[in-house]
Amino acid sequence: MKTISDHVLDIVQNSVRAGATLIEIIVNEDKKNNLYALTINDNGCGMSREVLEQAVHPFFTSRSTRKVGLGLPLLKQNAEAAAGSFDIQSEPGKGTSVTAIFRHRHLDRPPLGDIWETWYLTMLGYPRIRLVYKHQTQKGLTEVDSNVIKEMLDGIPPRQKEMKQAIIEWIKNSLIEIEASS
Amino acid sequence: MTKIKTLADLRKIKEEVQSKIQLRENSDHPEQLVQVKVGMATCGIASGAKETMRYFVDELEQQAIDAVVTQTGCMGYCYAEPTVEVTLPGKEPVVFGYVNKEKAEEIIDVYIKRGELIDGVIPLTFRTIDD
Repeated sequence: MKTISDHVLDIVQNSVRAGATLIEIIVNEDKKNNLYALTINDNGCGMSREVLEQAVHPFFTSRSTRKVGLGLPLLKQNAEAAAGSFDIQSEPGKGTSVTAIFRHRHLDRPPLGDIWETWYLTMLGYPRIRLVYKHQTQKGLTEVDSNVIKEMLDGIPPRQKEMKQAIIEWIKNSLIEIEASS
Repeated sequence: MTKIKTLADLRKIKEEVQSKIQLRENSDHPEQLVQVKVGMATCGIASGAKETMRYFVDELEQQAIDAVVTQTGCMGYCYAEPTVEVTLPGKEPVVFGYVNKEKAEEIIDVYIKRGELIDGVIPLTFRTIDD
C-alpha cells in the first residue's frame, strides 16, 4: 500500500465485515514529537483473544474464499518501516481499534494520499455505515461525518456530480486550513 | 466558483444543485437500478480497484445511467483483480475480472447499455458476492 489512504480503504473493509455501523478514521499529527498516528475504530463484532493474536499474521484470515489476509500485516509492516509501532485492541461484541503510529518525518512514512476520495468512495460503497474522518494537527481539527453530510444533502444522492465535487473540495480545503501534511 | 471552506459553503452548493436537478424516479426502487459492486479488499486495492470504482461512479453519473456503485470484499479471485460484479435489473449477477479503465468502459458501453456479454466474465458457482 503506497499511501495512508490505501490502508484506510483496506482496513475499513475489516470493520465492514465485522458488521460495524460506525467507523471512525482518526489521523493525529504531532509534529513536535515527530509522530503521525492513524487510528481506525469500529463498533463491529470484535474478536476473541485467540483470533486477535493471529490477526496480524499474514496467513490468517476469517474468510473461506482465500487463505491469506494481508491488510493488517501490511499496515504493521509500513508502520514499523517508518520507525513506528502498531497496536490492535478488540473486545467481542464491542468493536475493534487499530492504531498505526509512524515517525512523522521518517522517509518511509507513506503520504496521506487522496483521503477525500477514499472517504467519499467508502461512504458511497456502504451507505448504511456512519463513516467519520477526523484529522488533528496543531492548527486544528477537521471532522467529516457521513451523517452530517447526508442530513445536509437532504435527499440529493451523494453521487450527483456537482455535489461530489463540492464535498471533495470541502474536505481538501479543510485539510489545507489545518495545514495537514501530505 | 467560490472556495468551499465550511459546511455552510457546502450547504449553499447543495441548495443550488437542489433547485437544478430532478430526483431520478428509480432511486427508491433499488431492484430497478443497475448494481455495480467493486471488490475492494487488499488484493483489489493493490491492483487499482479505487481507480476502477471512481471511473464507474463518474461515468455512470455522467451518462445518467441509474446505477448504484458499491464496494464489496474479496471474492477469492485475487489473480483477476480488480473484479467487478454487475447486476442488471431482473438478471443474474455477472462478475468481470481484470477491470481496468478500458474494461470498465467496455462493460458500461456493451454490457450495461446494450445487455450484450463481453469477454472477461468469471464463471461463478455462487449467486452473489456475500461471503
